[in-house]
Amino acid sequence: MNALELHALRKIYGNGKVALAGVNLLVGEGEFFALLGPNGAGKSTIIGIITSLVTKSDGQVRIFDTDIDVDFETAKSYLGVVPQEFNFSQFETVWEIVTNQAGFYGLEPRLAAIRAEKYLVQLGLWDKRFDRSRTLSGGMKRRLMIARALLHEPRLLILDEPTAGVDIELRRSMWEFLAELNRQGTTVILTTHYLEEAERLCRNIAIIDHGQIIENSGMKELLAKLNAETFVFDLAQPLAVAPSSAEFRFSLLDEMTLEASVDKRNSINELFACLSQFDIRVQSMRNKSNRLEELFVTMVADNGEPG
Amino acid sequence: MRIWLQTVLPPAITMSLYFVIFGNLIGPRIGTMGGYSYMQYIAPGIIMMSVITSAYANVVSSLFGAKFQRHIEEILVAPIPDILIVLGFVVGGVARGIMVGAVVTIVALFFTHLHVESFVVTVSVVILTATLFSLAGLINALYAKKFDDISIVPTFILTPLTYLGGVFYSIDLLPGFWQTVSLANPILYMVNAFRYGVLGVSDIDITVAFSVIGLFIVALFGLSMRLMKQGTGLRA
Repeated sequence: MNALELHALRKIYGNGKVALAGVNLLVGEGEFFALLGPNGAGKSTIIGIITSLVTKSDGQVRIFDTDIDVDFETAKSYLGVVPQEFNFSQFETVWEIVTNQAGFYGLEPRLAAIRAEKYLVQLGLWDKRFDRSRTLSGGMKRRLMIARALLHEPRLLILDEPTAGVDIELRRSMWEFLAELNRQGTTVILTTHYLEEAERLCRNIAIIDHGQIIENSGMKELLAKLNAETFVFDLAQPLAVAPSSAEFRFSLLDEMTLEASVDKRNSINELFACLSQFDIRVQSMRNKSNRLEELFVTMVADNGEPG
Repeated sequence: MRIWLQTVLPPAITMSLYFVIFGNLIGPRIGTMGGYSYMQYIAPGIIMMSVITSAYANVVSSLFGAKFQRHIEEILVAPIPDILIVLGFVVGGVARGIMVGAVVTIVALFFTHLHVESFVVTVSVVILTATLFSLAGLINALYAKKFDDISIVPTFILTPLTYLGGVFYSIDLLPGFWQTVSLANPILYMVNAFRYGVLGVSDIDITVAFSVIGLFIVALFGLSMRLMKQGTGLRA
């Protein structure tokens, strides 16, 4: 069964802006799915339509086989949503926010209290349960939105940039939490600007640009399309001129930093052999950018402006 | 009740001032009206005025506040039918209207004696009027885009209609033309129906008053549901 099906989904806003120009997308049950795209590409519009915050102009949306035009209430009962912006009352306590949410989904108060404790403990907010939400830090507010979205234990969790503005340590702990949630059977759809996050967590990916899906495949299949990778070397000794090679493209960033572009036909061993040939000693090396990021930038650039 | 200093206390103080100024100071010079002392005559109108403004203010501020802070999205993304959302806000408005009305009634009893002519009429008018103005507040909040939009209607429409709705006078005192104009003011029917329930006197036939209130409730409820379905002010 598919957790989410979008067929020919269109959205034209009142000002005539075409946000979605016929989007087709399938997300299978149990997937950890990344929906990526530049700002204004249509990601948030898709999420808005799925969650009823945006009305679609045309097309079909099915959530676990339930058409939102036929029975939106049932379809929405499957969803948990973590929006991009904080959208809880600033005057309520953490406890009130999560338990009120339980009420919206028809949970008994006793069960709501058990689950509230479970998720607030898991997300490190138990000690803050009687604090007003406005007093929480940005990271805590993000975690509160995740706890709130999980209280009715949704089958499909949608996270719209859940780690925006969160420090790296907390981001990693949130990755572990979400990965575990997915292992336990929750389907997760994630939008993010941190492509490392998408590469690390998601098995399937769609890239949207100008309201259209320009790529939809498995993460491994997509990364296999990467033709070249760029590495940056910190050199042990200064170098005056970048070496010249038929197999590799070298450029000198400064006298102590060398950049090398490696075609996927060549191996890293061959690259090091080439460096040794020029008597270049390397202290350390790193990827210039995340692999998915390189692909993403290339694909979006190739897609250009809408016709 | 969490912010009773902002919701319950102010109407009690304002209405006390009405009783002191209009009832105690000016009232004795006016004499009787409808067979009752002026203080007794205006008391039902003042109570009803507090019910109207409180019910309206409760819904318009809570819904617009939820829109402004975006926590209305918590409700919109949940599997809650539109009718439940409407009823939830309306019940909140009615509860506050009744609560404030009860407090103002207690205040009124410090100034004058009130007997209840018909308990059923009194209670049903309060509930129906609070329902009507809760729905009106909800519609105002749905259309509102900024804070100005939720103060314009109470300031420029609701307050004048309330003051001209027979709270402080009987429309029998007005010239014929203005009596006819007054009949177009829906608040006149509510104030008089409530006055009938408390004192047993009214400028308006009680059946007509209930019919007008009922019609307004049906119309505003229909409009509220339509706006919710369209997503006006809530969905992009």
